[in-house]
Amino acid sequence: MSAAALRRLTLRVLELAGVLFIVSVGVFSLVVLLPGDPAVDILGAGRPPSEYAELRHDMGLDQPLHTRYFDWLGGVLTGDLGRSVVPPQSEVSDRVVSALPVSAEIAVLGLLIALLIAVPLAMWSAYREGGIADRIIGAGTFAVLSVPSFLAGLLLVMVMVNSLGWFPRSEWVRIGDGDLLGNLHHAFLPALTVALVELAMFARVLRGDLIVTLREDFILAARAKGMSPLRILFSDALRPSSFSLVTLLGLSLGRLIGSTVIVEYLFSLPGMGSLVVNAANQGDYPMVQGAVLTIAVIYVVINAGIDFSYGYLDPRTRRVHV
Amino acid sequence: MGLPERETVTSAPVPLLQATDVATVFRTPRGAMRAVDGVSLSLARGETLGIVGESGSGKSVLGRTLMGLITDGPETSVTGSVLLGGNDVHALTPAGRRTLWGTEVAMVFQDPMTSLNPVKKIGRHLSESVRLHLGLSRAESRDRAVDLLCQVGIPEPARRAGQYPHELSGGMRQRVVIAMALACGPRLLIADEPTTALDVTVQKQILDLLQSLGEELRMATILISHDLGTIAGRTDRVAVMYAGRLVEHARTAEVFDNPRHPYSRALIASIPHLDLSPHTLLPAIEGRPPNLLNPPAGCRFAPRCVVATDLCTTQSPALTGRAGDDTGGAVACHHPLGAAKEATV
Ligand SMILES: Nc1ncnc2c1ncn2[C@@H]1O[C@H](COP(=O)(O)OP(=O)(O)OP(=O)(O)O)[C@@H](O)[C@H]1O
Ligand code: SF4
Ligand SMILES: [Mg+2]
Repeated sequence: MSAAALRRLTLRVLELAGVLFIVSVGVFSLVVLLPGDPAVDILGAGRPPSEYAELRHDMGLDQPLHTRYFDWLGGVLTGDLGRSVVPPQSEVSDRVVSALPVSAEIAVLGLLIALLIAVPLAMWSAYREGGIADRIIGAGTFAVLSVPSFLAGLLLVMVMVNSLGWFPRSEWVRIGDGDLLGNLHHAFLPALTVALVELAMFARVLRGDLIVTLREDFILAARAKGMSPLRILFSDALRPSSFSLVTLLGLSLGRLIGSTVIVEYLFSLPGMGSLVVNAANQGDYPMVQGAVLTIAVIYVVINAGIDFSYGYLDPRTRRVHV
Repeated sequence: MGLPERETVTSAPVPLLQATDVATVFRTPRGAMRAVDGVSLSLARGETLGIVGESGSGKSVLGRTLMGLITDGPETSVTGSVLLGGNDVHALTPAGRRTLWGTEVAMVFQDPMTSLNPVKKIGRHLSESVRLHLGLSRAESRDRAVDLLCQVGIPEPARRAGQYPHELSGGMRQRVVIAMALACGPRLLIADEPTTALDVTVQKQILDLLQSLGEELRMATILISHDLGTIAGRTDRVAVMYAGRLVEHARTAEVFDNPRHPYSRALIASIPHLDLSPHTLLPAIEGRPPNLLNPPAGCRFAPRCVVATDLCTTQSPALTGRAGDDTGGAVACHHPLGAAKEATV
């Protein structure tokens, strides 16, 4: 690696660290915003005030905020997210580790489904710009975007689960339990619900970029070589048209991991969204902090990865090594 | 020089390219735009033709229509016929046309900065068409790509093949575009203003390269340019285009020495000469080219023509043989230049 590239990478990492620092401060300060008294939560009401004070002292809650922040950060950096203040006072990291794969799976699967459908739709639309297919796809994606996703999910549940019985409604099957098919069977509908809105966005954004690319001279040159339209769409037009799509994909992935609460409720999934909402309702601040911080870190890391992928998408943005 | 050769060439039963009364009309929201209007051309194997005209005269549209890149469809009407190696280009299916592109006819585009895909390596631009048309393996096509780069005079071809377009200079890129066109050994090469976007110093190199490749590979070439100067001495024949029509069509030397159409003469007068001092004001042609949405009746050049008469503004002159010319030249003008002189001889 050249010195310049090394410097760029170092700068990048410092920048990331800065962003993560700000995120951690933000997440920590949530504790101030959450209502309730942890000591009361743990001991229950009706105890002598001295007991509460003692527990608060033991938990370090009587320390100034910045001391508490650095204590917490020290724990986080060693992998200790603390303990829930709500009985049974489980380890925050245990709960996060069990909820995260559920959300991640739904998000990733949902985005895969969305891409699988959106890319061909966008290509067809762009290739036949202004044609009947383009108009139908345009109207369809617009309609999907204007329907709230919980409504789409409800419809899916009613039709596919209740009426047709194609999909189970029972307990979630964990991905590690060896029953991959059972897991996918459970994950498909929530993923599809998530996918609907995303695919509509993806298709519209990619269509617009493809239309611009298809007007480029190099597309005409590829046609003049005798390449088939399908081949040109995939091997010449797609990559230069995918900047907005990839950016959107990164944003969606980060967002979906943390905020598919509605879908999680609808399909009773034990994911991150429900974890955060339940914890917030119970005033379980260590749980909220740990879960939100995890989501934020994932979000930041994914989008940093997306930034790096631009170099692959467009070699002109890479440094030239002579 | 090439005369006996040309005889054997023209004695071929079917010309390589035979375009008859080709018209390309774009249906625009503002009306029908007659970009190419009744052009007939023919080209024998190995022959070279220059097409010259001002910007907007329809040269690119003609080139693309001849190749079948522009076809009859909802937004465009193409009439007339184009026979290419015996195939009626516009009667073929899209897939049928694609088998001709690259192998029978290929095109070099104007701007090498935009006619290469920025995210594809140079080698792939070349190897993908030989894999497609010639069915070469991956390794064979890679070797062929390097050979092609070598053939168009690119130094260190193996290294260049692994680079992206932006890592090459404009002249180098245009060489790549030419290599791309040559990849599958086409019998007709259409070069659409191949040097317009390049530095003056590089222009001559590229034109020389095209000329020598054409001779070496015995490839017929259509060289399109807005500048008669680029074509001088490089093509067998010249077709002068004005507002979608051919106005003069003759041996290149004939057009230069003895232009019959007032527009051809004006074009010749506007060629920059090397012996002129820099910044000399060239005699530009007065006025603007006509609006193709609503072209003037009669001769389309009439509003700008110094010798126009009433006849010119009412009747459209047909492209007919030049008086006193046995070389097959033709001109579309009611009052061709030099005609009076011929009459007195
Ligand atoms: N797809 C299209 N739809 C509508 N009009 C078009 C289209 N393509 C070209 N034209 C019009 O046809 C006319 C001829 O264009 P063309 O590109 O052939 O000119 P040209 O002689 O090649 O000029 P230049 O030297 O600028 O390349 C122009 O007026 C142009 O605006
Ligand atoms: S026909 Fe008339 S107007 Fe047209 S070029 Fe000839 S002399 Fe000029
Ligand atoms: Mg042009």
